[in-house]
Amino acid sequence: MSAALLDVEKLAVSFVGRAGARTVVADVSFQLEPGEAVGVVGESGSGKSLSMLSLLGLLPDGAHARAAHARFDGRELLSLTTAQLNAIRGREIAIVFQDPLTALNPVLTIGRQITEVIRRHFPVSKAEANQRAGQLLARVGIPDPALRLRQYPHQFSGGMRQRVTIAMALAGEPRILIADEPTTALDVTVQAEIVGLIQSLQRQTGMSVIWVTHDLALLARIAERVLVMYGGRLVEDAPAEQVFASPRHPYTQALLANLRPEAASLAQGTSASVQAGGDAAAVGCPFAPRCPQAMDKCRTTAPPLSAISERVRVACWAVSPEEPMAASQTNGPTSPQSPQAASLPKP
Amino acid sequence: MSFWARLIRCPPARRGLVMLLVMAVVALAAPLLAPADPWKVHPAARLLPPLSRSAVDGADALGRGANASGNGTNASGPGADASGNGANASGNAHTGAGATTLHLLGTDSVGRDVLSRLIYGSRVSLTVGFAAMVLSALFGSLIGVVSGYFGGIVESLTGWLVDVQLSFPFLLLAIFLLGALGGGTLAVILILALATWVNYARIVRAQVLSIKNQGYVEAAHATGASVGRVLFVHILPNTLAPICVVASFSMAQAILTEAGLSFLGVGLDPSTPSWGTMLNDGRDYLLTAWWISTMPGIAIGFTVLGVMLFGEGLRELLDPRSLR
Amino acid sequence: MLSFTLGKLIRALTVLLGVSFLTFIIGHSSGDPVRLIARGDATEEQRAQLRHSLGLDRPVLEQYRIYVGKALHGDLGVSYRQHVDVSRLIALRLPNSLELAGAAFVLAMGIGCALGVLCVIYRDSVLDNVIAGLSVLAQVVPGFWLGLVLVLLFAVHWRVLPVSGSGDLTHLILPAVTLALPTLGRMTRLVRGGMLEVLQSDYIRTARAKGLSERQVLLGHAAKNALLPLVTQAGLELGDLVGSAFIIETVFAWPGLGRMAVNAVQQRDFLVVQGCVLVIAAGFVLINLAVDLLYAVIDPRVRGRS
Repeated sequence: MSAALLDVEKLAVSFVGRAGARTVVADVSFQLEPGEAVGVVGESGSGKSLSMLSLLGLLPDGAHARAAHARFDGRELLSLTTAQLNAIRGREIAIVFQDPLTALNPVLTIGRQITEVIRRHFPVSKAEANQRAGQLLARVGIPDPALRLRQYPHQFSGGMRQRVTIAMALAGEPRILIADEPTTALDVTVQAEIVGLIQSLQRQTGMSVIWVTHDLALLARIAERVLVMYGGRLVEDAPAEQVFASPRHPYTQALLANLRPEAASLAQGTSASVQAGGDAAAVGCPFAPRCPQAMDKCRTTAPPLSAISERVRVACWAVSPEEPMAASQTNGPTSPQSPQAASLPKP
Repeated sequence: MSFWARLIRCPPARRGLVMLLVMAVVALAAPLLAPADPWKVHPAARLLPPLSRSAVDGADALGRGANASGNGTNASGPGADASGNGANASGNAHTGAGATTLHLLGTDSVGRDVLSRLIYGSRVSLTVGFAAMVLSALFGSLIGVVSGYFGGIVESLTGWLVDVQLSFPFLLLAIFLLGALGGGTLAVILILALATWVNYARIVRAQVLSIKNQGYVEAAHATGASVGRVLFVHILPNTLAPICVVASFSMAQAILTEAGLSFLGVGLDPSTPSWGTMLNDGRDYLLTAWWISTMPGIAIGFTVLGVMLFGEGLRELLDPRSLR
Repeated sequence: MLSFTLGKLIRALTVLLGVSFLTFIIGHSSGDPVRLIARGDATEEQRAQLRHSLGLDRPVLEQYRIYVGKALHGDLGVSYRQHVDVSRLIALRLPNSLELAGAAFVLAMGIGCALGVLCVIYRDSVLDNVIAGLSVLAQVVPGFWLGLVLVLLFAVHWRVLPVSGSGDLTHLILPAVTLALPTLGRMTRLVRGGMLEVLQSDYIRTARAKGLSERQVLLGHAAKNALLPLVTQAGLELGDLVGSAFIIETVFAWPGLGRMAVNAVQQRDFLVVQGCVLVIAAGFVLINLAVDLLYAVIDPRVRGRS
């Protein structure tokens, strides 16, 4: 528990435009252990992807990230130079993106796109890189790798392309794989294959995997721990079995209810409620307008993410009313694993 | 916010609009701004460099004296102000023995005042450019609408026409036709209109194809509207925005081509004060009287830049994704 | 691929036929060549005989058919003024035109692409703004006027380059640069805009996520994607260059096809004009054909489809 591979404290992402700054992610704190499989769940616009992209400096133009700290293996990610970051990107932390149709460069061969990762991060010859790329393709279940390496993305089906991007991500032998909705753009039958592939690769390599998804049901099968995001904030962080057995945050409860057909009507109001790109820095709990348990306090003060048991953290006044407010302001949303006080100017 | 308000707030469009307004004012107020008669030949005052003076011709005093503000201070300003907005540095300075005319930008090969010809030239260039633009917009849009709406053989035929036009060395065709028809302003306008219709036809056709199957067009069909009504009431108005963008660029092209044709001596009548004819006039005196040819070039650059900035702004507004 | 090529080829041929017919009609209606050829004191009888020997008394379509038939064998008629085979005249001038247009094209494409990429590498810097500004300037003034200014500066003021004519390589510099400038400006802007647009795409984000350096991202990934669509544009630009060459050749007294055609128009030597138009149009059509095919070869997506 002492050496978290990834330790993020009070991460915030904001867009700076002509109309001023708009904060889309605020107060996101979590840790990732080596070899762990964590799921980040939330609807589109909840800030789950942006949080992950911000760690590698891959935010779109105009977006900026800040954090009390965001350490990978002791290195402060947000203050690295691009060159230093490039040594981590693809080598230590790799990403598989949502849409394999657009994530691959259409005018370069698959071989070129895989070998460039290998040659970028390892001192190997062209021939050896090529050989490794072939092995990678075989490993992700693509038959006839020698031929496939010479082909272009449009010659692959969607599922095959996603296998290629996974091979590309594995090429740097990363310690963390961020799977950013890797199955959303694929056919249902292919989805299970891709999920299974990443899981088996994780078992082989011992890397950590962060699953970013809006599919809570999926996480039940694959994640050890689940982070639930809503409106740019982390609202619950708990072991998977606890999330599904006894969800604490009202939003998590609504999400789960949504999975059960008989309770669908109850969740109707909440599931369709999220305003994509809402302001995470707005006053009060982002979920308050839709929350059946909302109190006056919820509308004025955002609840901090507080530990309610050793492994469960929830950001909800209704769940942890005993937590004194003062503590939250000095300590921030503390987690038991990261006692160090973080002082970050409110966005 | 209205379309125009947004357009004004867009920096390139605003700059372009201001430049065009300046040119429009110069063109409209040419008689007030021009310090001398642009047609009047002064054999004694040939090829005078900028900022020189010549003795006033008797005939010149007719209408000119009225706006002779005659202040010598403006004359010290930089002579490069070809846009003409500083053009009231005019006229007859009543100094000393006799009245003289200040030629801020010098005189040409037959002693005509370059600045005055530039100012009057703005009328010709803007008119020709604008008229050619309107004509080709009408023609090209019509072709585009028809080919996009009816498809089939009409579309193949117009597509072939477009290809033929694009494979033609257009300038040579223009020279050829103008040679055959004889020059003149109207002929030049027609030829220039012929040069750019393809651009409209293409973009309008693409627009029509995308609009054709939308709900409101089908609804119009369902209520029994005639083909003509559907085309002109429901489809054409929706293609106006891209047409405007193309129009601004084709006007720029028309002004440049007019200059080219007149420069070759096949465009406007050489006595007409247009920027193109002035360029042509100065060509033979390049080594001795550089100002005759350079000044109209600057005027053309200013105007075309204005038109293009305006078009750029329009395009940015209509298609925010486009970064070009 | 074969049917694709064949389709394009047929299209090109019909276009060429259309161009030649239009040119023929315009030439035919622009005046009676007999008046140019016959001596002033020729009798009506002699004129009629001349008309007959030139085939001008036949129906227009018949004349056109004969013209095309001969043209296919390389016979474009005899110049009314110079009394020399038009094809010979063209063969004499064409290399000069190709030299000029080729040099300008290479200049414009090479430097244009380089500057565009440079702008993107140093985007939003002073350099970017200066280059972008200059590339706009090159487009808003007439190309031949820029040529005049260049002549004033380099040939008259500094006397480092010859004013006009042809000869050694120094004669080529000014006309080629003049001809290239507007295209160069446009290419710079297009490359810059195209690259910036491509940089927004998902696969660029993927490339960055792989840890590639900015240089690898820009040159290895973005440049190829941005430049591919410009192959089509390059074809159009080449056509544009040939078009402007008429004026530029005249300005610099360059002994090319363009200047010959302009002179021929002024002298109403319409077989020469017709020949020039035909040769140039054939060049255009060939270029477009080549561009279409080239595009199909270099873009793996198109290549895969056909």
